[in-house]
Amino acid sequence: MALSSMMSPGPRKDAAVAARLGAKRKRADIIIRTLCILATVIGLLLLASILATLFYRGIEAMSLRVFTHVTAPPGSEGGLLNAIVGSLIQSLLGTLIGTPIGMLVGTYLAEYAKDSWLGNAVRFVSDILLSAPSILIGLFVYQILVLPFGGFSGWAGVAALAIIVIPIVVRTTEDMLQLIPNTLREAVMGLGAPKWKMITLICWRSAIAGIVTGILLAVARVAGETAPLLFTSLGNNAWSTDLSKPMSSLPVTIYSFAGSPFEDWIALAWAGALIITLGVLALNIVARTLLRSRI
Amino acid sequence: MSLSTETKGATSGAQSFGGMQARSDAALNDARIAISNLDFFYGDNRALKGINLNLPDRQVTGMIGPSGCGKSTLLRVLNRMYSLYPGQRATGEVMMDGENIISDSVDLNALRAKIGMVFQKPTPFPMTIYENIAFGIRLHENLSKSEMGERIEWALTRAALWNEVKDRLDRSALGLSGGQQQRLCIARSIAVRPEVILFDEPTSALDPISTLKIEELIDELKRDFTIAIVTHNMQQAARCADQVAFFYLGELIEVAPAAQLFTAPKHPKTQEYITGRFG
Repeated sequence: MALSSMMSPGPRKDAAVAARLGAKRKRADIIIRTLCILATVIGLLLLASILATLFYRGIEAMSLRVFTHVTAPPGSEGGLLNAIVGSLIQSLLGTLIGTPIGMLVGTYLAEYAKDSWLGNAVRFVSDILLSAPSILIGLFVYQILVLPFGGFSGWAGVAALAIIVIPIVVRTTEDMLQLIPNTLREAVMGLGAPKWKMITLICWRSAIAGIVTGILLAVARVAGETAPLLFTSLGNNAWSTDLSKPMSSLPVTIYSFAGSPFEDWIALAWAGALIITLGVLALNIVARTLLRSRI
Repeated sequence: MSLSTETKGATSGAQSFGGMQARSDAALNDARIAISNLDFFYGDNRALKGINLNLPDRQVTGMIGPSGCGKSTLLRVLNRMYSLYPGQRATGEVMMDGENIISDSVDLNALRAKIGMVFQKPTPFPMTIYENIAFGIRLHENLSKSEMGERIEWALTRAALWNEVKDRLDRSALGLSGGQQQRLCIARSIAVRPEVILFDEPTSALDPISTLKIEELIDELKRDFTIAIVTHNMQQAARCADQVAFFYLGELIEVAPAAQLFTAPKHPKTQEYITGRFG
């Protein structure tokens, strides 16, 4: 049978059938394309309307006072200074603590434990942590840092954010190291270099743009996190940079102000939302530029 | 540093193109590395079968054979590159300086300082040209800044690259052309002052002019270094090698001085391969 079908191409092509099939394909193409465009337009419209509202209400509420005054009771001309500074401190410290841990774990996974059961287990746990609801991380830190040490604190907030940073940095570090061709590793080892020098002097250097991108994306992520801070640093309406006391942050302030019945607090919440959005946008742009200009 | 930077023509006793004429000086030196009864395994797959081969001191051994015949595997045994990968192991004897280099007790870093390797694709490190060369040197020696400068100039000159890069040592090595990158990798290897250099298809990713430069370089380097080169290009083997080894399916079929192997091969398989009937 195979032989005969190879010998003759079968009956001649029927032009009418071909045309019918062609028209059918064209109809299917139009339908699919329309659905795709429709979905894109809906997505973009939603995003645009969110951004438009955010910018409209945010710019309206924006003033120098937002950056120079701390949060105050309704009707008394408060700003967001303590929330902005609190967010900066906690995001920065969380990143500073989470990054080295994440980088070392990612390096372990890519360079030492590629196929070992321990490596696979760590990779699995890290990936679960990556998608864990952040409120769980907040509750976890509440249990181990807030309850035993007698209260909400900036440090607890920092710890919760660090826990969110770690799996992001683990993933990007591992991914970026895996992009390095093995021939480069062999070239380094072929000169008689010990493995730790190969990793720290060559592999990290080759992957640095990608790793930094991952770190910036992690910063962007934690800068907007509310849930892990609700149970940890709680929020603070007064000026405070003491990490052992409850500490204010933009997301938590937005959360509590936006739900209040006071006009000026709601306006401040919009201003805060705009500040976070612009900050995250800036970080994303920097990260993308870095990734594109890989050494 | 007393070094001639002009490249030597293809004059050293080798007639290159056209037929398979090879260098005529057939005398081989004493063995620098002596391989006997070498078996190699990728897991359960036996990739080298009872190899016996001498690499003559300060001469070039060419290794030829169809893909998968085990010639690259043999190179990776000589500097223990296979030890990076679990599941790969070698048995037998590879003697150098009275030591079996495939035994577990060998200091791999010291061994690799003695046996350098140049790879198929150029592998510049993401740093400056200067740092690329200095990297290997710093692994094994403590040189002053001026000594380092001299060594780097020496290595780049030996690799016929000095004149092209001397004004931009502080620029990224990634900006060099493919041929320059490969010569940089050769400079990086010889800067460590090894005794043996392994070339794994060093020109397969290069254009003909760069290839010629590398071949001339290999000819020049064998005054000081024992060289093994794996190549798919039989003209290249004929041009560069003093001794040629033909591998097939993990076995060493025939090894002979280049002229003899290419003009009067003893084994019918060798004959078939060099006349292009398979592979």
